[in-house]
Amino acid sequence: MSFMKTTALASVLAVTGTAVLADCPVTEGRLSLVGNEFPAIQSVAALAQECMGEGTEASANLTADHQKINVAGMSGNPAEYTSAIIANSSIVALINEDVIRPLDDLIAEYGQDIPDLQKITIDGQVMAIAFMANAQTLVYRADVLEQIGVDVPETYEEVLEAAEMIREQGIMENPLGGAYAAGWNLAEEFVNMYLGHGGQFYEAGTPQVAINNEAGVKTLEMLKALSEYMNPDYLTHDSNATSAEWEAGNVALMNMWGSRSGVLMDEEGSEPQVYENTKVAPPLTVDGGDIPASTLWWDGWTVAKNISDEDAAATFQALAHATSPALLNDKTMGEAVWLIDGYEPAPVNEGVLAATRMGTQPYPMLPYQGLLHTALGDNIADYLQGNETAEQALSDIEAAYTAAAQEKGFLN
Amino acid sequence: MKHKSFFWFVLPSSIAMLLFIFFPILSVLLQSVFTEHEQVIKEVRNCGPFGCQTTTSIDQEATAALREAEPLGRFVGLGVYFDRGHLALSEVAQLWRESAGLGAFFDRLLNLPFYKAIAFTLTYTFVVTPLTIVLGFVIAVAVNSAARAIRGPLIFVSLLPFIITPLVGSLVLFWMLDARGIIGSAMQVLADDPDLSVKASTPLMWTMLMVYGVWHSAPFAFIVYYAGLQTVNQDTLEAAMVDGASRWERIRYVVIPHLLPITTFIALIQLMDNFRVFEPIVSFSAQAHATSLSWAIYNDLSGETRQLSSAAATSFLTIIGVAILLSPVIVRTYRDFTRK
Repeated sequence: MSFMKTTALASVLAVTGTAVLADCPVTEGRLSLVGNEFPAIQSVAALAQECMGEGTEASANLTADHQKINVAGMSGNPAEYTSAIIANSSIVALINEDVIRPLDDLIAEYGQDIPDLQKITIDGQVMAIAFMANAQTLVYRADVLEQIGVDVPETYEEVLEAAEMIREQGIMENPLGGAYAAGWNLAEEFVNMYLGHGGQFYEAGTPQVAINNEAGVKTLEMLKALSEYMNPDYLTHDSNATSAEWEAGNVALMNMWGSRSGVLMDEEGSEPQVYENTKVAPPLTVDGGDIPASTLWWDGWTVAKNISDEDAAATFQALAHATSPALLNDKTMGEAVWLIDGYEPAPVNEGVLAATRMGTQPYPMLPYQGLLHTALGDNIADYLQGNETAEQALSDIEAAYTAAAQEKGFLN
Repeated sequence: MKHKSFFWFVLPSSIAMLLFIFFPILSVLLQSVFTEHEQVIKEVRNCGPFGCQTTTSIDQEATAALREAEPLGRFVGLGVYFDRGHLALSEVAQLWRESAGLGAFFDRLLNLPFYKAIAFTLTYTFVVTPLTIVLGFVIAVAVNSAARAIRGPLIFVSLLPFIITPLVGSLVLFWMLDARGIIGSAMQVLADDPDLSVKASTPLMWTMLMVYGVWHSAPFAFIVYYAGLQTVNQDTLEAAMVDGASRWERIRYVVIPHLLPITTFIALIQLMDNFRVFEPIVSFSAQAHATSLSWAIYNDLSGETRQLSSAAATSFLTIIGVAILLSPVIVRTYRDFTRK
């Protein structure tokens, strides 16, 4: 994590650039989008569809299950979807299956205004254009911290101390929250905490997993220590359920997605005492490390490989327009931490911006990371429930990953 | 029936079975003995909004050449069946050598994903199936002896759990059982334990999944038994009454023997259904406590990297499991058939 990179990002986020629009409306070709469903992506998809002129086809399929259909929908020839909106973890599946095309020629022709910051380059070729950043950061209740007389925690150790005080003083029984649902969410918490401990997932440059070490054990121990201050049902709480617990006023401190924090601070779903005191802070560090125990994410768009050049050009132009400064207005400005020129951060975005400044690691973009994530999600709960030791859980994870990686041909 | 007319009579259904049952199973079998090619990994430099990193990626050109040479993938035989994610032969052998006693062996065996899944699947099957049959029978007898005027509404209400989509039905129950839900809170008061949580305890979660299973499938047993009750010979029943048989004796010696073939049918269907238990585990978010074979298939396919061969192998093991489970009933039916 270089100083150069973070300053570059910060300056682009702060400076209003010159707005240059792609050629809109597009007059020929087809746009068919598949992507996740949240306000920021809905805004992008709507603007892209608007850009498609008469005599063209435009459609968008935005769903939380997008990852289950995008590879299949782009494998045919011609592909059903001309573009998939993805994040840094899910682009890997598209690259592994070789269903998206390099964008360099299209950028040369239609996208000279796209800043380098937005280009996702893999092995020298631009494979996606990012438009927003996301990260999990601390969300806290200012009134509760004031009541116990504690500053905003900066480390997980301070969070544990604060949680103990809140419980002791009888303010809340289970003051911590977190998306610890067994499966993807719990695995993501492990990834965050393990990176915060300075851990490496693999032996350098190989798909050979290496998490059964001191950092791994400390990571599991910290997750367990935190879980003891959570609602006893924590293993079934995903981001939605955790947000509901927050809005019900049952939680005072939690690690939550930047893209989901805005909802907690609006007037819907909770009492004024809760939403007025909901504040966002930088991500936490752990065990004396300087790298936050969190991961950076980007969301971006791709262009399918198995489509005609005409459709690819249309898709590229429409999406380039939809993620240009033309997107930003009063309504869309607060929806995300946009990587687009002219973006002005709102207070709710402070956490994610701090995460980029603090050198938070991006979620690993490796062809076999998805297999490790699944293995983590399946095996951590046994340890948290006290059924086995941390070392046993870690060795189970390694064994499960190794079996899967052998089957997929990554390991012999 | 002449052989020729028999042939033409069964031809349409044979073709349908071939197309929709036999070929799909064959394709699953094929999928399970082939896996992906060895991946050619190359080192690449990735750049994005958060800076540049040296990392690895799949070499597409090399992979395309491999795919061209062997379109089905790498033949591994039963390799996937025997790996740690499935039957885990070498791991089980190692546990057997290392474990002090049988208890320790089984304890550690349940740490392996396949055996963990099969433990819950079998427990679920053998608890839920008999309870479903008994409860279905009791409801059928009760409804059958109710006044004619209220039978219609009674049947409708009794069938409701079966009509509701499993995913929705179990979600409703899930929220009622939440520590802040109506049943969850009631249990805390009754047990006088404010920390009691169904979702946090493995035995309670297993119990809840089985309660749900019985609740959901008892109406099926009920409606089949209810239909069967309409065919009970009234003369025999009256004769039994004249002989002074009590209500229980009439049920025990007239009704139950009459319904025995129906019971075999319900048991067959329920064994198959329960062995494939899936929806409640997803809607109860129970994967931390209970997994089943069907859930394992779903888990393989829903990760960011899909494990098709692993899912196919588990599917085939499920088919074998169902076949083993049903074999006693089928053997019995066959014997009955040939005796006649």
